[in-house]
Amino acid sequence: MIHYGEHEFPGQLFVVEGTDGSGKSTQLALLHQWLKAKGYPVFFSEWNSSPLVKDTTKRAKKRHLFTPTTFSLIHATDFADRTERDIIPPLKAGAIVLADRYIYTAFARDVARGCDRAWVRELYRFAVKPSVAFFFRAPLDVAIDRIVSARPQLKYYEAGLDMGWTDDEEESFKIFQGKILAEYDRMVDEFGLTMIDATRSIEKQQREVRRLVKQHMTKEAATTA
Amino acid sequence: MKQMTFYGTALPGIEPEPYHGKLIVIEGPDGVGRSTQIGHLRAWLESRGHAVLDTGMTRSVLAGGGIKEAKLGHTLGRLTMHLFYATDFADRLENEMLPALRAGFVVLTDRYIFSAIARAVVRGADPAWMRAIYGIALVPDAVFYLRIQNASELAERLVMSGRGFDYWESGRDMYLGEDFFDSFVAYQTRMLREFDQMTAEYGFQIIDASRPVQRVAADLRRSVARVLNRREQRAATKGKGKPTVMTLAQSASAHESDKAGQKGDGSV
Repeated sequence: MIHYGEHEFPGQLFVVEGTDGSGKSTQLALLHQWLKAKGYPVFFSEWNSSPLVKDTTKRAKKRHLFTPTTFSLIHATDFADRTERDIIPPLKAGAIVLADRYIYTAFARDVARGCDRAWVRELYRFAVKPSVAFFFRAPLDVAIDRIVSARPQLKYYEAGLDMGWTDDEEESFKIFQGKILAEYDRMVDEFGLTMIDATRSIEKQQREVRRLVKQHMTKEAATTA
Repeated sequence: MKQMTFYGTALPGIEPEPYHGKLIVIEGPDGVGRSTQIGHLRAWLESRGHAVLDTGMTRSVLAGGGIKEAKLGHTLGRLTMHLFYATDFADRLENEMLPALRAGFVVLTDRYIFSAIARAVVRGADPAWMRAIYGIALVPDAVFYLRIQNASELAERLVMSGRGFDYWESGRDMYLGEDFFDSFVAYQTRMLREFDQMTAEYGFQIIDASRPVQRVAADLRRSVARVLNRREQRAATKGKGKPTVMTLAQSASAHESDKAGQKGDGSV
């Protein structure tokens, strides 16, 4: 089997991670604009978007069919399709691939739901290692405030209501996000995530992101030259 | 009552509690006659008063439809296919098989993790990776492997049955031959090799499926009756951490199971 792992494709993969409300999608969109403006070929891929799998996921979410294990497996299936379709081919073609959420999202969520840490990591062994994985870290109360004030209705799985911790939607969401954040924190060293302080201004964060991306790309360019 | 034993990492949120039912797996290649045999077995079990649940690959509420649809197109990648099957399996395990076993049903499953592993491995997946993913599987009470000598015999049956050759059953995605026949034979030969390799590892009880349907059915009935009559003799193996099936493997290897099994019956 192919273990993409540390790939040797000409392209670059940058991913953003963080809890809901950490501002990661905003940061990725800004990075995307900047790279496009600089003339790089950029390919964007987001979580849960496989055309083969997403209908199954959507239907199962609506009908509350998931257990922690099947939730984990269907997302791995979705991710596999995206790896085979959206990630490997553009990387081979030398593009910059930007991913909103990556395997770390699965590791954090699935383990928060009670899946075995080692089992989930094994499941995703086929994934390509990103050039940089940004982890936008916002303290729990900040992230929760952003979500709760922006979205009136939390979704069932998003709030972790399937776990039966509590019937209170907002309370359940807080418990779930707390567990997720704890998992992210463990992963910083394990996977060498690049932590960005998400409480700072959007502009400051973006400046740091661009600086790191640029640095990485020039370094890569220098080594391949 | 038997304690639940899993091959690897147990499912989250599932206590490995004792269960009353029996999990009986019918494995074997495409076109060997598994569903015919399961039909016979089910009728026989029900006539003897057993409640039966039958299930099989791609029949899950969650992922069955999605897999079938994906297989009709031409964009289904290998990794995606392997994991889609694993999703289907987990859904059936958690929502069909385990509840039925707890309720005392005989669960007859048309294929289990073994076909899924074999299909993935012949397509280049890492065998250890597949085994780790399917570590969530419950160790069955018995695995009957309907074995046939070679792939051309399978092809013959397929033609005789009027079913004809299927794209995936012929491994057309693997570019193994010019036409469906060549491709089918090459693909199924690899599949048979995988099944044979798993026989000892997972303690398959081999049923010679080259014989007429009724003889195979009689053989299966005898073997299943033995599983149903089995007492609590394996309570002792519980907690050792080794899959129960390993002890089965020694007692039930290959063709010996027929004769040796009858002798073994008395001593059990």
